[in-house]
Amino acid sequence: MMQGFLRSDGRKGIRNVVAVGYLVECAHHVAREIALPMRDDDVHVIGFPGCYPNEYAQRMMEQLCTHPNVGAVLLVSLGCESFNKYGLERAVRASGRPVKTLTIQATGGTRASIAEGRAWVAEHRAALDVMPTVPMDVSELVIGTVCGGSDGTSGITGNPAAGRAFDRLIAAGAACIFEETGELIGCEHIMASRAINPALGEVIEASVAKAARYYATLGYGSFAAGNADGGLSTIEEKSMGAYAKSGSSPISGLIKPGDVPPKGGLYLLDVVPDGDVRFGFPNINDNAEIAELIACGAHAVYFVTGRGSVVGSAISPVIKICANPETYRRMADDMDVDAGRILEGRATLDQVGQEIFDLTIGLGQGQRTRSEDLGHQEFILTYKSFEPLGPACLPR
Amino acid sequence: MTDGMPFLLLDARDNVLVVTRRIKAGERLNIDGEAVVAEQDFPLAHKLARKPIAPGETIVKYGAPIGVATAAIPCGAHVHVHNMKSAYTPTYTLDAEKGDAA
Repeated sequence: MMQGFLRSDGRKGIRNVVAVGYLVECAHHVAREIALPMRDDDVHVIGFPGCYPNEYAQRMMEQLCTHPNVGAVLLVSLGCESFNKYGLERAVRASGRPVKTLTIQATGGTRASIAEGRAWVAEHRAALDVMPTVPMDVSELVIGTVCGGSDGTSGITGNPAAGRAFDRLIAAGAACIFEETGELIGCEHIMASRAINPALGEVIEASVAKAARYYATLGYGSFAAGNADGGLSTIEEKSMGAYAKSGSSPISGLIKPGDVPPKGGLYLLDVVPDGDVRFGFPNINDNAEIAELIACGAHAVYFVTGRGSVVGSAISPVIKICANPETYRRMADDMDVDAGRILEGRATLDQVGQEIFDLTIGLGQGQRTRSEDLGHQEFILTYKSFEPLGPACLPR
Repeated sequence: MTDGMPFLLLDARDNVLVVTRRIKAGERLNIDGEAVVAEQDFPLAHKLARKPIAPGETIVKYGAPIGVATAAIPCGAHVHVHNMKSAYTPTYTLDAEKGDAA
């Protein structure tokens, strides 16, 4: 049985993080310095660098600051930025969490702000450390999955093994989220046939068509040079491999960044902005996707890599599943799961799927991931715009 | 049918095989009963043609289309960005910039 931290909305966290959120890049240094002495004690820095307001970024920050893995929030404002810090502070306070906004211009500059921020964080860290836990069931979990640094092994070992773990979680009542419609180009028809009704299938096909249009305008697919070195030749080939992460459960709904799945089941996260191409690439790197999965309530994220990624994340642990046995031998210290064994006949997909599932439960019993132990707390949030979900996205 | 061979057939409909351990140039391969000599080294997880593929023919892996051949590809040859392309967006590589870098 897992142990969780109960929040006022009924959700439970498997971590009890103090989030330090900067509200413009100008406040980033102060936020980082506040967290630095406590960075090994679950004090994580998140934030938004832009000075212009953005509804998506506002919602992302609200959802992250009220994420079940977060216990208290310090907001760091320069003072003149356009981010709606008042609305964010109100939302966090309404969630029952301790929150404070530190405005650097009012506090008297860098040194005074760092001192005041550290004192606040230390006080609330100590309070969270003695917070009692409650039993938590698998059905209360939300798990996301992403792949990065993919190669030709990803779609044969790591991704389908993550899919097996998803199938087990969903059978136990959990909610699982897969994403990156730009990396599902070519799979849209197969995927639509797995939707729980035809209207949702149409929404799924439309979301992939939107991604294909978006990337065509930008001139590059969601495909990095290293993908080709690893034997992947086209976006369709990469997509078929990435698609295997979704497992074999029916698709219960389509959500957008910040939408929390309403119940258990498998959900597709549409990460490509709506409307005209405006703010550049949908997700400029893997951590942008991880942050969006976490904003949808993900307690933990499966990250399948072939070439070898090292990242973790702020707020939620990242389980790194290494698909390539050669990469694993070079970078074992960064990897939680050695899925390349499947390629060498040393394990089956089911065995590795079970191992991923067991490790997920372990995270709710005090186990930590490699990237957590190594201090990885990457975070990035950039400009986007979305329209609200249509009625066909979440069938009852 | 790929027993003992350093490659894997993912779906019966596929016209490519996936390399499961590095293959050395000159290595003798048996592809569906046909004896082929590897024309080059193959890194892990790259693809080789399971049968002769004509220009314009669809490349099939996982039983699904993953692109189109841009040249005639003999059985056993490397199938990659030099002889196939996406039906969606072009593939970006740094191959031309690499020089002798690995």
